[in-house]
Amino acid sequence: MSIHELEKIFQNKIDKEIKIEPKDWMPEAYRKTNIRQISQHAHSEIVGMLPEGNWISRAPSLKRKAILIAKVQDEAGHGLYLYSAAETLGSSREQMIDDLHSGKAKYSSIFNYPTLTWADMGAVGWLVDGAAILNQVMLCRTSYGPYARAMVRICKEESFHQRQGFESLLVLSKGTKEQRDMCQDAINRWWWPSLMMFGPKDSESTNSDQSIKWKIKRKTNDELRQQFVDMIAEQVKLLGMTLPDPHLKWNESRKHYDFGEINWDEFWNVVKGNGPCNKQRLEARVKAHEEGTWVREAALAYAVKKQSRTKAKVA
Amino acid sequence: MNIQIRKFYYGDIPEETGGNSSSSNASNETGWPLWEVFIRSKQGLDHKHAGSLHAADAQMAIENARDVYTRRQEGVSIWVVESKHIHATNPDEAEMFYEPASDKVYRHPTFYDLPDEVKHM
Repeated sequence: MSIHELEKIFQNKIDKEIKIEPKDWMPEAYRKTNIRQISQHAHSEIVGMLPEGNWISRAPSLKRKAILIAKVQDEAGHGLYLYSAAETLGSSREQMIDDLHSGKAKYSSIFNYPTLTWADMGAVGWLVDGAAILNQVMLCRTSYGPYARAMVRICKEESFHQRQGFESLLVLSKGTKEQRDMCQDAINRWWWPSLMMFGPKDSESTNSDQSIKWKIKRKTNDELRQQFVDMIAEQVKLLGMTLPDPHLKWNESRKHYDFGEINWDEFWNVVKGNGPCNKQRLEARVKAHEEGTWVREAALAYAVKKQSRTKAKVA
Repeated sequence: MNIQIRKFYYGDIPEETGGNSSSSNASNETGWPLWEVFIRSKQGLDHKHAGSLHAADAQMAIENARDVYTRRQEGVSIWVVESKHIHATNPDEAEMFYEPASDKVYRHPTFYDLPDEVKHM
C-alpha cells in the first residue's frame, strides 16, 4: 500500500470518529505532534507542582495543607498518566525528561510566574486549573486513544482542584480587609497569564489547522479563551471581586464578553525563557532528578539482587 | 522517498522501549522497566487495564500503581505485569484474524424468528 493510501485510510478513520490506537498506522507528523503535545502536557503537570509545593509548609491550617498535598499529588499522577500515553508513541521516558531538562521541550508558561501569597493558591486553583480544565475536557475526545483515556481520568480529578481554589478565595473574600485585598491582588496577577494559557491567537497559531483536521484538538485557542472569559466573568461576581480589565464588557449582539488585548510581548518573552521563574523552575526539576539518581540505581540493583536470589533458590 | 512505517506487535508500548530486562542495558542504566496495571474496581468485577508505569520490581509496581491509579478508592485489587510479557494481535492482520466470526449470524439469538406466543425465551 502506498503512503498516500495509508493516509487516506487514516483520515477516514478520524472522520468516522474511530480512535487511533498505538499499533495502528499513523502519519509520522501525527505521531510527532502527539508526542510533542502529550509530553509538554506531562511536563506542565510536573513543573506545576513547584509553585504550589512552595505553600505546603505555609498553608494556614491543617485542612488547607491536606488539600494542597492531595492536589500536588494528583498533579504528579497526571504527569505520570501523560508520560505513559506519550510512551505508547515510541518516545522513552528518559528522552522526554532529558528534553525538559535541556530546555528543548516546553511546559506551560503559567508556571513561570511566582506564587507570592496564600491567596495565589486559590487563584491558581480557580483560574489556572479552570483554564486547564477547558482544554482538558476538549481533549477527552482527542483522536489518539491513550491520550483521550488519560484525559478522562485527569478531568475526573481536576474538578476538585478548581472547586477548592474557588472556595478558598470565597473564604478570603468574606474575611478581613487585608484578606480581601490579598484575594483581589492574586486575581489581578493571575488573570492575564491565565488568558495566555490558551496560546497565541488563531491567526498566529502554526499548529492549529492540522491538529483540528486530525482531531487532536477540537476547538481553537480563541474559542477556548472566549469560553473561559465568559465563565470567569460571571464567577468573579460571586466573590465580590473584579477582573483587571477595563475593556471587559458583556456584548449583547455576540452573546459573549468582550475583553482587552493580551500583552503578547510578555507572552512570547515568557515562552522564550525570560519569565520571572523559568530558570528557578528548571533548576528545581534538574536538581530533583539528579539527587534521585542514586535512589533509582539502588532500587534497580535491589531488584536484580532479589531476582538472582530467587533464581538461586529454584536451582 | 523514504517511507518509514513502524509496527509494534507486543502490547501498547513499542518493543524497543517496552521495558528492559533487569540485567543492565547499556544505554539505559537507571531505567526501570515498564509495567501494565490492571485494577478490579470492586468485588465481582473483572480487572481492567488502567494504564502503565515504571518500577524496579513487582512490589514497587504494585505500590506505585496504588499511588498513581487508586488515590480515590478506584480499586480493591491490583495486577501488574511487565509490559514486555504482553502479546497482542497485529492490527494489519485484524481483518483476516476476526473475519471468521463475521458471517455466523446464527450465533446470535436474534437470528431466530419465533411466534409472539412463545414466552420466556
